[in-house]
Amino acid sequence: MAADPHSLVAAYALHALDNQEGHSFEEHLAVCERCRGELAGLREAAAGLAYGVAGPPPPPELKERILAQARSERENVASLPARRRNWTAPLAAAAAIAASVAIGLGVWTATRSSGENAFTQVLAKPGAKVIGMGGQGAVTVAPSGEAALLLRVPRAPSGKTYEAWIMQPDTVKPAGIFRGKDGTTVFKIHGRVPRGAVIGVTVERAGGVNQPTQKPFAATEAVT
Amino acid sequence: MTALTTTTSRAAAGDLAQVTDEALISLVASSDDQALAELYDRFGRVAYGLALRILRDETLAQDAVQEAFLGVWRSADQYLPERAKASTWILTLVHRRAVDLVRRENLRRGEPLEQAPEPIAPSTVESEATLGFRRRVVQEALKGLPTEQREALELAYYGGLTQSELAERLGQPLGTIKSRMFMGLARLRDLLNQAGLEESLR
Repeated sequence: MAADPHSLVAAYALHALDNQEGHSFEEHLAVCERCRGELAGLREAAAGLAYGVAGPPPPPELKERILAQARSERENVASLPARRRNWTAPLAAAAAIAASVAIGLGVWTATRSSGENAFTQVLAKPGAKVIGMGGQGAVTVAPSGEAALLLRVPRAPSGKTYEAWIMQPDTVKPAGIFRGKDGTTVFKIHGRVPRGAVIGVTVERAGGVNQPTQKPFAATEAVT
Repeated sequence: MTALTTTTSRAAAGDLAQVTDEALISLVASSDDQALAELYDRFGRVAYGLALRILRDETLAQDAVQEAFLGVWRSADQYLPERAKASTWILTLVHRRAVDLVRRENLRRGEPLEQAPEPIAPSTVESEATLGFRRRVVQEALKGLPTEQREALELAYYGGLTQSELAERLGQPLGTIKSRMFMGLARLRDLLNQAGLEESLR
């Protein structure tokens, strides 16, 4: 029965397909942009149904049980080499960090755990501003145009590097490359950042390039 | 509590209550157990209510919630914020676990919603009011659907029935069931969006 696979998207969102139907729909989903788009909205509606239920609270020990199990799993993997994940997922996850958190966290990390660094040096200049990067980090810019970047990204994979850019409407200038490290990376921007410019970061091949080959995954608002 | 000492790097970031759901998942991806605890505080209650509705058994419902939150813990690095809200992602995991369990256990499924027990929950905590409000919004939205669409959604989502089981139970061709589920869910999406809009305009 070769039913139109598009027609299964709602059933899939409701988990109303059996295993075999589910697997074949997932194969379709992988190649069907339209269904992926549709699924997003339908899943949200389905998840909304979870709120339609009245029920007693879970027993308090359930939380402790979950956390204890989670911690024991963390200890088991701690001795293994750091988990390497696929490349896009951590970037996407990093994108979700709220600006306030990233800035708060990062500035705190930068100023407390590693003492004096490029970020705190620029931040300490009179009139220095901090500009968020959509939740992924922040840039601090002194009135002189001196700037430093703080970013929460995983370490760049082998053969790749992060590259910072000073972007203006008519020019894009390379502002240095860095590998990044898990946690918070601090990086001094090469060159001066003029007013109206945007600082962006892309992933490039190791060694860096003269012009970005992709849209920045992190960027500031224009510097004022 | 004890967890405070294990994640000192985040201690100064202040109150996790200010952190968005999506950012919490990102922290969970870096094995931050306090972030997991915060997510549980936000969604554990709804998750358990849903699992209990589907499974009708406290032990199984706890199992489903536990597996779902450990799923969050293990696969937080695969969460894509541009695809789904964090709440949707988490509740989808919970629903999946509960439905898997109810099918595996082959429990009685798909009793009409009205026959399910509606325990009176103590309304002492503040979040109770929010939950109650959301519950009313969802129930109102469900009432706004044509009966046969609502029935299909409820039997599938709360009952854990597959589309084929639905077709058999309701004595309708599979195509009809698919279309009821699709129309119903799409309409529900619009109604919930509308309600969300009104809520935010208030």
